[in-house]
Amino acid sequence: MNRRQLMASVAALSAVTLAQPSWAQEEPLKVGFIYVGPVADGGWTYQHDQGRLAIEAEYGDRVQTTYLENVPEGTDAERALTQLALAGNDVIYATSFGYMDAVINVAAKFPDVKFEHNTGYKRAENVGTYDGRFYEGRAVMGTIAGRMTESNKIGYIATFPIPEVLQGINSAYLHAKKVNPDVEMRVVWAYTWFDPAKEADAATALMAEGVDVILQHTNSTAPLAQLQQAGKIGFGQASDMSAFAPSPRVSAVVNNWGAHYVKSIGRVLEGTWQPEAVWGGIGDGIVAIGEITEAVPAEVKAEAEALRDAIAAGEYHPFTGPLNKADGSAWLAEGEVAKDEDLSGMNFYVEGITAEIPQ
Amino acid sequence: MIHLVPRSQSSLAWQFATPLLAVLATMLTGGLLFWVMGHDPVAAIRTIFWDPLFGPASSYSRPQLLVKAAPLILIASGLAIGFRAGIWNIGAEGQYIIGGITGAAVALAAYPAEGMWIFPAMVLAGALGGWAWGMVPAMLRNWCGASEILVSLMLVYVAQRVAAWMAFGPMKNPEGMGFPGSRNLQQYPPASNPDLIAGTGAHWGVVAAALAVLAAWFLMSRHIRGFHIRAAGIAPRAARFAGVRPATLVAFCLGVSGALAGMAGLFEVAGPAGQISPGFGSGYGFTAIIVAFLGRLHPLGILLAGLLLALTYIGGELAQLMMQLPAASVQVFQGMLLFFLLGFDLLTRYRIARRVAA
Repeated sequence: MNRRQLMASVAALSAVTLAQPSWAQEEPLKVGFIYVGPVADGGWTYQHDQGRLAIEAEYGDRVQTTYLENVPEGTDAERALTQLALAGNDVIYATSFGYMDAVINVAAKFPDVKFEHNTGYKRAENVGTYDGRFYEGRAVMGTIAGRMTESNKIGYIATFPIPEVLQGINSAYLHAKKVNPDVEMRVVWAYTWFDPAKEADAATALMAEGVDVILQHTNSTAPLAQLQQAGKIGFGQASDMSAFAPSPRVSAVVNNWGAHYVKSIGRVLEGTWQPEAVWGGIGDGIVAIGEITEAVPAEVKAEAEALRDAIAAGEYHPFTGPLNKADGSAWLAEGEVAKDEDLSGMNFYVEGITAEIPQ
Repeated sequence: MIHLVPRSQSSLAWQFATPLLAVLATMLTGGLLFWVMGHDPVAAIRTIFWDPLFGPASSYSRPQLLVKAAPLILIASGLAIGFRAGIWNIGAEGQYIIGGITGAAVALAAYPAEGMWIFPAMVLAGALGGWAWGMVPAMLRNWCGASEILVSLMLVYVAQRVAAWMAFGPMKNPEGMGFPGSRNLQQYPPASNPDLIAGTGAHWGVVAAALAVLAAWFLMSRHIRGFHIRAAGIAPRAARFAGVRPATLVAFCLGVSGALAGMAGLFEVAGPAGQISPGFGSGYGFTAIIVAFLGRLHPLGILLAGLLLALTYIGGELAQLMMQLPAASVQVFQGMLLFFLLGFDLLTRYRIARRVAA
């Protein structure tokens, strides 16, 4: 399809919209989302949809939001994004890594539409990116895990060997180690973001190795259900998973995308939106720490909350030297803080984790 | 009492009438479903069936019908040949994935070379990859008597793991910041498969699908092998007396359907999908089984069935977008369409008779 045909369809579509009677003085800003899962997944997509609702709550009649759910990555994403643009959306949020190239392609055809892509690294004049510094949350969970483990073995249910997940494993391990020098980390690769059966298997396998505290990067509550039966503890992931509080879920890393969406739409309404690379953490509100329950002793809770507040205030960075890589080579010198470029391409374990990263 | 009486010959009139009846019944019950959910049923049906073809944004969605339907038609044309002979290739999804990988492998090995030979070599490699993946169940059936249904299905899961391995390992884009996925072939012109005429949606896969329909029609109705296939499906013993060798037929059917599925995978990875990603393969191979049966295993029927299924996908997306119908209700709607099509199919082979209870 060439530009002229696209424009013709856009014009035809807006003629239809304009023909309808409108009582509002101003046309509302139209905001579209594409989701990789169903809204009811209770995890990744659910949290994005909560963010969409936060925009509606904040701006009311000034915005009108729509979404397409269950859009597979790859071929279908490009069509879904084009449909959203043709339907007159002014801002489009693409909420999964695999939409990256589709966003860039569609954005080139619709220069007047603003796009933001979640977790990707490609930007353009009308494409920004946004992501969360989830490793900040993992540092807090790691602290609790290091204090709470009795067997000195903590487990991590990992998804895929990509930088975000390696940041999470390393951050959790470093902070558990900091409060408990005897701690060991076991990692199981589930190769899925959401698969209750596989996640439950992973949790069982970890517990069979003597692990008694499990962190999960996968999005279902299945590991928590296994932990509950065994009387061991874990953490909520993506959403709060408070149904499993106070134990086995003793805290959670919550994806609070609404904090970013409200700010971003505010800029669009003011006319100051720019394509940026937003990578927000606890301080920006994008990463939230779920309530630490009474299953955790008060002094551990206070220690974890102090870490959370220090990270939020920018006083402490979870990756501060001296730190070595697992192969023994030096990474960060005393007092040196990891650069964002290093983190976003992270492909190694820190010293002390003895496992191999699968290739 | 109402009961069913088998027809001595399947009714031609009903063969044409049942698809229309099924679409009508789907519109009625689907409309009822949408109405119960609090949506305007007429608007919903219009959005699904009419707007993608003639609605305000149809100049975009019409070409997209071809993009969505082409792989379905290409794969289903091959599957139908085997199904007519009673050879059940359920693993087209795996052959599709492997074809995409072997085809992309040629492109990635050639990168960044230029040359007219690259794309044809990719097509060949894609077809060969799918063919080889289809030959595994064929050989196991011929040599060990293993069920090709189970073997081909199980190989889908193997193929999915191979795709994940490729995306994280050997085929990972060296400039991809450590993220999984190969280079994007859309950005490597000698290997890409764009629209042949911009804006029409017609890439080489669409051309191949059209050729496959023609070739399948010629094979089944004009060629001796087509006769053998049909004979083997209807009366295997009789076919054997007529000189049909079952082992050859198994290898032929699984090979052809594998090669076509592999080509579909290649056209997809070089075109709309662009890259090998961990989840490459989005169910086209399974949906094509539905398309094959919906099209009554006839090449022309498959063409129409593929387009109809593509229409409900794209219309369903529009209905989500314009009316905020939940994705699940659109899937229920698609399921209803298949249910009614297969249900009304009964009428081509049976007629309804009334009888006073004895």
